[in-house]
Amino acid sequence: MTSPTEIEGAEASSVLDKESEPQGDAQEPKKLAGRSPGQLMWQRFKRDRTGVVSACVVIFFFVVSALAPLIAKVYGKDPYTLYAQEPDFPFLLDDFAMPTGSFGGMSGEFWFGVEPKLGRDVFTMLLYGVRTSLYMAVVVTTLCVLTGVLIGLVMGYFGGRVDYWLGRVTDFFLAFPQQLFFIAFMPVVTAMFVSPQDETPTYLRAVAITLVMWFLGWMGLARLVRSSVLSLADREFVEAAKVSGASPWRIVRKEILPNIVTPILVQATYILPGTILSIAFLSYIGVGFVEPTPDWGRMFAIGSEVYEQDPMFMFFPGVALVVFVLAFNLLGDSVRDAFDPKTGR
Amino acid sequence: MLQFLIRRLIGAVVIMFLIGAFTFFLFYTIPQDFAELSCGKNCSPENIAVIRENLGLDKPITAQFWEFMRGIVAGRDFTQGHCSAPCLGMSFDSGEFVWDSIMDRFPLTLSLTVGGLVIFLLVGLGAGLLAAWKRGTVADKAVSGASIVLSSFQIYFLGPIVLGIVVYQTGWMENPSYQPFTENPFAWAAGMIIPWAVMATIFTAQYTRMSRSTMIEQLQEEHVRTARAKGMRQRYVFFRYAWRGSLIPIVTILGIDLSALLSGAVVTEFTFDLAGIGRLAVDSSLTKDLPVTMGVMLFGAFFILILNIIVDLTYAYIDPRVRLS
Repeated sequence: MTSPTEIEGAEASSVLDKESEPQGDAQEPKKLAGRSPGQLMWQRFKRDRTGVVSACVVIFFFVVSALAPLIAKVYGKDPYTLYAQEPDFPFLLDDFAMPTGSFGGMSGEFWFGVEPKLGRDVFTMLLYGVRTSLYMAVVVTTLCVLTGVLIGLVMGYFGGRVDYWLGRVTDFFLAFPQQLFFIAFMPVVTAMFVSPQDETPTYLRAVAITLVMWFLGWMGLARLVRSSVLSLADREFVEAAKVSGASPWRIVRKEILPNIVTPILVQATYILPGTILSIAFLSYIGVGFVEPTPDWGRMFAIGSEVYEQDPMFMFFPGVALVVFVLAFNLLGDSVRDAFDPKTGR
Repeated sequence: MLQFLIRRLIGAVVIMFLIGAFTFFLFYTIPQDFAELSCGKNCSPENIAVIRENLGLDKPITAQFWEFMRGIVAGRDFTQGHCSAPCLGMSFDSGEFVWDSIMDRFPLTLSLTVGGLVIFLLVGLGAGLLAAWKRGTVADKAVSGASIVLSSFQIYFLGPIVLGIVVYQTGWMENPSYQPFTENPFAWAAGMIIPWAVMATIFTAQYTRMSRSTMIEQLQEEHVRTARAKGMRQRYVFFRYAWRGSLIPIVTILGIDLSALLSGAVVTEFTFDLAGIGRLAVDSSLTKDLPVTMGVMLFGAFFILILNIIVDLTYAYIDPRVRLS
């Protein structure tokens, strides 16, 4: 496969080597040739300190949420128990059901404090809340990316009438007021699975949220993929493949897809935090996850209720969310810069 | 120009119709008796039958849909009275006309959206211009850094912090509340200032980053450099040449962000406990009050479409190429 990125990459690599290792350049001239665009990207990325730090932060969040049960076990608490009612902790909440200790009841026993009213442990609530949000967001983002890429490829590659009508469908979905749609359809989608009289199990809520978000999450990516495919479709290497008799599927898979992977990846790093924020938004206004599922967004709903008396409750979930979104945004920028150093910030 | 406007309006009507149809038919997949819902507790079968007839629920779905759509254009008659022209039906739950309850709540959401929009455009573009003007200095770094951090904040986190500082701790301000603009503009602004500030902060940060980067790009354009080289004053070049060019991508992004702006208004309503159409949407969706949900959806879509058309007109104003073609 001859791709335009490879050609650009070859130029960049010689420049890079002169800057970084002038001695090595003279001794091992062969090193110049054998570098894939991926390796080049990785090298550029490694040098970007902000990018590396934010990547570490993002990885930290993922590791922590994957290990949540283990951490909770070592820590010795879980997000469901109402510790205020346990005989082991008699004075956790005062007469107004607010945490007794200073800073929201922070102590060696309860690292991030105690939840007002119910007396649950904030640390494990946050741990599991992040876990719920991250898992959901990964699933939703994967679905949106797959759908977007598929529809974008179809639109861009087949063109003509298919392109026109799929384009109109995309426009139609873009015209929906997104959050209002989420609000309106959460109960509808939930009601498709369970009758309104019954209690909705948590996993069905998760499925409903996934469906609703998936439904309105793919359009941006589809447009992006379509336009990239259109710009690639007339390139020589695609035409060469066509002339030599490759099937459309092979052309898409071998010639086009490898060239649009990076913009898709960059876009996905922007979609993922957006999805987390949308899920948090739903839970915050009360149509997403409900008690007792630990959820990041719902912690803000609880926090804003008790903010006047116990501002500390919101501190950790809030800071965690800001750090996470910030790290993800910076990571997205760095990945984009590493891929294409010409588009500076 | 007029032709463009007419074409856009026709497109808007088609999209509204499709959104309405989509929402309506999807809602009817719920296996639930809306008449039962509207009757409340201790309700006899006869009552349910009467309500079903009153609400028109005994007719087939397509007929109901037709009634609903006709109501928007021509008005509808219920046993409770006549519902005039833009009739979005009657709430199953409260028996109020949907249009009236939306009109009750809408001024608040409109104030939030427009007020926030004006503030974040002024502050955001201003700060971005400043950063581009003083590129590389401390001011630039401060503005850029602050905007990256602030854009990661959320309304529901920043809101309580601001409330905590200026209302609960120091008592400098009253809790946010909505006073109609027509009665007392000062009370209106005073009640809205905290929500505006919080909502605008999040958006401001994004627009600062964007206006800075597009401005820097524009300043490197050849026509800008030429203008400067032939001896035009720096300030004149900055505002007349570069700024105008940098507005085009910003307006484009603004058009995409309009729906985010509406949802920002919804979160702001919840954060500050204000009763706007976001609250109406959530309440009605939790009680599965179909006409209200439909009404809010359609109204929201309409609002965004109108704002979009305004943005497109602005586009034509800024960019002569759009105007001439």
